[in-house]
Amino acid sequence: MTRTAAPVTAAPATSAPAPTPPRVRSAAWFTVPFLLAYGLFFAWPAVYGLWTSFTDANLTGHGGAFIGFANYAEAFTDPDMWSALGNTLFFTVITTVPLVVVALIMALLVATGLPGQWIYRLSFFAPYLLASAVVAALWFWIYQPSGGLATAVFTGLGVTGEIGWLTDADVAMWSIAITTVWWTVGFNFLLYLAAIQTIPDHLYEAAALDGAGALRRTWSITLPMLSRTTGLIVLLQVLASLKVFDQIYLMTSGGPDGATRSTIEYVYDTAFTGYRLGHAAGVSVIFFALIILVSLVRTLRTSREG
Amino acid sequence: MTAPALSPGLSPVVDRRRTTATMLGPSRTARVVVLALLIVFCLVWLAPLLWGLRTSFMTEDDAATVPVQILPEHGWTTEAYATILSASGMPTWLWNSVATAVVITLLTVGISTLAAYALSRLDFRGRRTLQAVIIASILVPGQVLLVPQFQEMLAFGMVDTFWGIVLPQIVAPVNVIILKRFFDAVPIELEEAARIDGASRMRVFLSIVLPLSRPILFAVAIFTFVTAWNNFLWPFVIINDPALMTMPVGIGTVRNAYGVQYAQTMAQAVIGAAPLLVVFVLFQRQIVKGIATTGLGGQ
Repeated sequence: MTRTAAPVTAAPATSAPAPTPPRVRSAAWFTVPFLLAYGLFFAWPAVYGLWTSFTDANLTGHGGAFIGFANYAEAFTDPDMWSALGNTLFFTVITTVPLVVVALIMALLVATGLPGQWIYRLSFFAPYLLASAVVAALWFWIYQPSGGLATAVFTGLGVTGEIGWLTDADVAMWSIAITTVWWTVGFNFLLYLAAIQTIPDHLYEAAALDGAGALRRTWSITLPMLSRTTGLIVLLQVLASLKVFDQIYLMTSGGPDGATRSTIEYVYDTAFTGYRLGHAAGVSVIFFALIILVSLVRTLRTSREG
Repeated sequence: MTAPALSPGLSPVVDRRRTTATMLGPSRTARVVVLALLIVFCLVWLAPLLWGLRTSFMTEDDAATVPVQILPEHGWTTEAYATILSASGMPTWLWNSVATAVVITLLTVGISTLAAYALSRLDFRGRRTLQAVIIASILVPGQVLLVPQFQEMLAFGMVDTFWGIVLPQIVAPVNVIILKRFFDAVPIELEEAARIDGASRMRVFLSIVLPLSRPILFAVAIFTFVTAWNNFLWPFVIINDPALMTMPVGIGTVRNAYGVQYAQTMAQAVIGAAPLLVVFVLFQRQIVKGIATTGLGGQ
């Protein structure tokens, strides 16, 4: 659900200001249920997590004493943390680019309105509806060196020799990226498709009268008209990719040898196999700071453009 | 356009179909090229699904044959499905997924709609602050709260319980803002007329506002449901007991005792995927529209 973060900050106050009738006591009936849930399951954990990050709290129940910035100091000097962060950033780059470009190409092709629209939408979007565990199970099988589809395709193409899709440290992250692109590109595709469909017809008609061909119109009308949408999709995608955990954990458990371990997995491992809740909370806070930073960069750029 | 996301209501513009002539011109070659590319993309995107489906209808021996053969030597069989449905935790996990996702959706949409209506229509102390806090909360990824939410559930004795899965998932600030924007765009006259006739706020809300909001409520509900249904990390952390696992956690963590059996694994994946794919086929229009106008989705 956090995937939707940007639009709210990107487009504040687009709607008419709400009317302001006289103050009403009945507001409580409307706000209290949400406030109760928000306080208990969101605000309090947020505050408590921040506090925990300054303690040596442990899942075994021991510890919990205030230790200042020790968790943060340790995080910044821990090579495993840096390696997980590096893996996460690498994954973000190699997934965001294709997830934006392929989605755009798909949307441009489908927006031509050729027959078979529902088939295209179904094929491109259906994988997005699969649970991460289903996707991981399917692709784990596809990537099996013996009997898997990936190897069969490569053999068919004449590539010989065994590829350790998920077991070779240089290959595993790319394999996971391919899976991820296949899995989630449909969402960006639908965002692009909707954006293309709001471009006014008369722009195309005018260009056609001027003798511009289909490619030319795509280049000079569609792509420029999509630039804001692209900015938004890139941001949403970067934020989504930074949070990667499920498919990596389920396909490689972060291996081989930590080569695919992401930041969220580092948090998970630290808290639930290392029992060090304080340290895990500290890394969570650092991760949150990174998310805020990415969102801010985007907001600043947008406001400068606007 | 500024952002496809969070525009109030479901705009009719999105559904418009342009003619192929407008986009491609009269050229026959262009049509053929575009169609060919579309077919290639469809095949590439469908291939993994078909591969999984194919494997699920094979015997374990055929599935593991090297080099790979597209058609099974010993014929197609539903053996793997029979095994999964009768001798694995899958039926239980599916039921748990349905139960948790339905309860999460009802609670989330319920409390979000009430709060959104208050933000849009009522004037109460702290309204602006509340709205600012909710907007800021959208930036907080659920993963960041993993550790403290677990500690809280531990303190409440809710680890390994149904409510332990559900409760931390019911707060979705983005839903409140989407619904608030929708209510802002609904004309207030109808409500005022009812108020003058003496109807209470809650009555107006239930009998006038809610029926008007059906499309947006449906969009928000379906995405809440999909998100909850597919959620892995939180249920994975909070549940250890296989009898309480949701479908993704069961598939992801429980291995059978006889080593990896791909026909069975794929049958399990197909069963796990089927419910949402059916939902999508039934409600394709609404889902596509919902994404286009609200930009909200899982993950």
